[in-house]
Amino acid sequence: MKKVMIAMSGGVDSSVAAALLKEEGYEVIGGTMHIFPDYEEATDREDHCCSYSAVRDAKRVAQKLEIPHFVFNLQEEFQEKVIDYFVDEYRQGRTPNPCVMCNKEIKFEALHRKAIEIGCDYIASGHYAKIEEENGRYILKKGLDENKDQSYMLYVLNQEQLSQTLFPLSEYTKDEIRVKAKKLGFAVHNKAESQEICFVPDDDYVRFLDTNYPEISTTGPILDSEGNQIGTHEGLSHYTIGQRRGLGISMGYPIYVTALDYKNNAVIIGGDESVFSDGLIAEDINFIPFEDIEGRMEVEAQIRYNSYPVKAYIEKTDKEELKVEFEEAQRAVTPGQSVVFYLDDLVLGGGIIKKSF
Amino acid sequence: MNNIYLDHAATTPVDQDVIKAMQPFFSDKFANPASSHLPGQKSAAALEDAREVVAELVGAQKAEEIVFTAGGTEADNLALKGAAVALSQQGKHIITSEIEHHAVLKSCEYLEKHLGFEITYLGVNQDGLVDPQKLRDNIRKDTILISIMFANNEIGSIQPIKELAAAAGENNILFHTDAVQAVGQLKIDVNDLGVDLLSLSAHKFNGPKGIGALFVRKGVELTPQMSGGSQERKRRAGTANLAAAVGMGKAAEIAAANLTKKRKELNLLRDYFVSQLRSNFDNFKINGPAPESENRLPANINIAFKDLDAESILFNLSLNNIAAAAGSACASGSLSVSHVLKAIGLEDKYAKGSIRFSLGKGNNKEEIDYVIKKLKEIIVRLNSLK
Repeated sequence: MKKVMIAMSGGVDSSVAAALLKEEGYEVIGGTMHIFPDYEEATDREDHCCSYSAVRDAKRVAQKLEIPHFVFNLQEEFQEKVIDYFVDEYRQGRTPNPCVMCNKEIKFEALHRKAIEIGCDYIASGHYAKIEEENGRYILKKGLDENKDQSYMLYVLNQEQLSQTLFPLSEYTKDEIRVKAKKLGFAVHNKAESQEICFVPDDDYVRFLDTNYPEISTTGPILDSEGNQIGTHEGLSHYTIGQRRGLGISMGYPIYVTALDYKNNAVIIGGDESVFSDGLIAEDINFIPFEDIEGRMEVEAQIRYNSYPVKAYIEKTDKEELKVEFEEAQRAVTPGQSVVFYLDDLVLGGGIIKKSF
Repeated sequence: MNNIYLDHAATTPVDQDVIKAMQPFFSDKFANPASSHLPGQKSAAALEDAREVVAELVGAQKAEEIVFTAGGTEADNLALKGAAVALSQQGKHIITSEIEHHAVLKSCEYLEKHLGFEITYLGVNQDGLVDPQKLRDNIRKDTILISIMFANNEIGSIQPIKELAAAAGENNILFHTDAVQAVGQLKIDVNDLGVDLLSLSAHKFNGPKGIGALFVRKGVELTPQMSGGSQERKRRAGTANLAAAVGMGKAAEIAAANLTKKRKELNLLRDYFVSQLRSNFDNFKINGPAPESENRLPANINIAFKDLDAESILFNLSLNNIAAAAGSACASGSLSVSHVLKAIGLEDKYAKGSIRFSLGKGNNKEEIDYVIKKLKEIIVRLNSLK
């Protein structure tokens, strides 16, 4: 019997995923990551993955399914690979996506390694996405439920990771999973969705940074597109591109953050039109169905988790970097976020946005 | 193979005779020992009988020197906070060690943070032992309490309590020892040792959970940490946990009668385990005092595998129905490198791969053979994955 470790957060998705794997005949072991930093006050909020309540819920679900469950202490790895990265990105005026990094380095890497160490053949998760084998390569597709699709967060997985990963929810909609959870008698079926950053218990990342990493935020000028100082900011990490509120400046027309200039520690603002970009340069590229691209390729590009893919052309500019040109200019292209490329439901890959143009 | 339980330092199964002794006190003899009516009087008598047996187990001459608590943690809290508050006029310095149980360490932290006490944490040698001279050197004029654990829960080190208590006594300082791991395994005589306060917990010697006791030498002043009724001679308010106290009494009686025999059996089994480990593994070391030494609990084996991850070893054992322990479990149930292993100066590459087996009643050689066999498979496989 093939052994699989399901990453359990105590929520509906991973709980039902565990049940589905068991029904499919796998020997299932539950695993929950302990990644929460000791220096943060843990709260017992129900909607946070990897919190204490998550562990408690996951343990109860595992007991119900009669599967073993273990908690893995990945605090050190998580601090180094995700939180330090998160902080450093904000320090540089970028807006990181810690979930992408967690999937790449922790959930499908460090936890995966633990799964192998306890004798598992696979790691599984409750992500809504699909892995298929095609011509000797493992390909990643969107899950059946378009509204819940989480493939955006998974473009970073490499072939080895994909070959040993199972997504049991790939053929289900969220509604079906909720019904299934109810049928299975899981107490979790009414839980709220987790959307926020799991290691920031109050969802206030600025507070998190200011409390734990005050050194990364120093005040500096707010400049207009001509370089005139029109205000003072509280630290680059407090701002995101496209942000309109909280600038404390009145210009008589709507103004937005258009760039965060790390070199000069400056927040650049401008009118609505200057928040749009024709394209971007991405780095840390990963392709899934093929090793690399040659020439120019038409794709659909998605520039943040909560948006839709739009028509674009991609082309390698050198070994490490890729140019993305949108068919139509896009609003608030944000360095640090991931750009993910699709062809219909096939995930081609993606990268991290270095700059827009 | 059925579940093999090698985690007796965490808790032990309740003895059948103990369950039998407790049974009537849930429904037939349920009355509150503080009540003046006849059923209450019967309960009070049962409670006092239990107190007497517990007193005997630790060599206390007067039963009234035993205060029942809800467990070892409460006993430690009462000892530390109760004594500190009562004596705070005389001084605000406490000495303890780096390898105490969290019940003591966190109580000290509390006193430091909220009541302005100063705490000296004595380091230990590589066997986890406190040097009595070092204790003497750290005693100050304002030292009011010294708390050093009897035997360590992780690495089994048995402290030279008599000498340490003498150092305290010479200076008229109260001496507390957390003997939760030692009671039921070692012969303990509070008068021979010269300790003023001693914590114990029933579930570590085949008694029920939720009950413990603090030996408080007659004349020692303690400020109660539970406010309420005048139970336990005003030292611990709250209706007595009668059935559990009776259970603790029975467990104490059984433990006292079997002390020498149990120690002998555990020593033999421990020696067998250690010899099997030595002939089957290299690249491992035994944490704490030498297993054969007088300074180590007979049932404790703590071993470190170089460059391996304790979590993986432990969970693999668990998947093979073997219950052991590693590090100290945190609130979420995950593991972190223990403060005890850090304190004995164990290098990280060993500390992260440290596993504790603690033997107890019912364990046998066949189980040890099975554990060695499985452990070998696990270690070989984990090494091959590196």
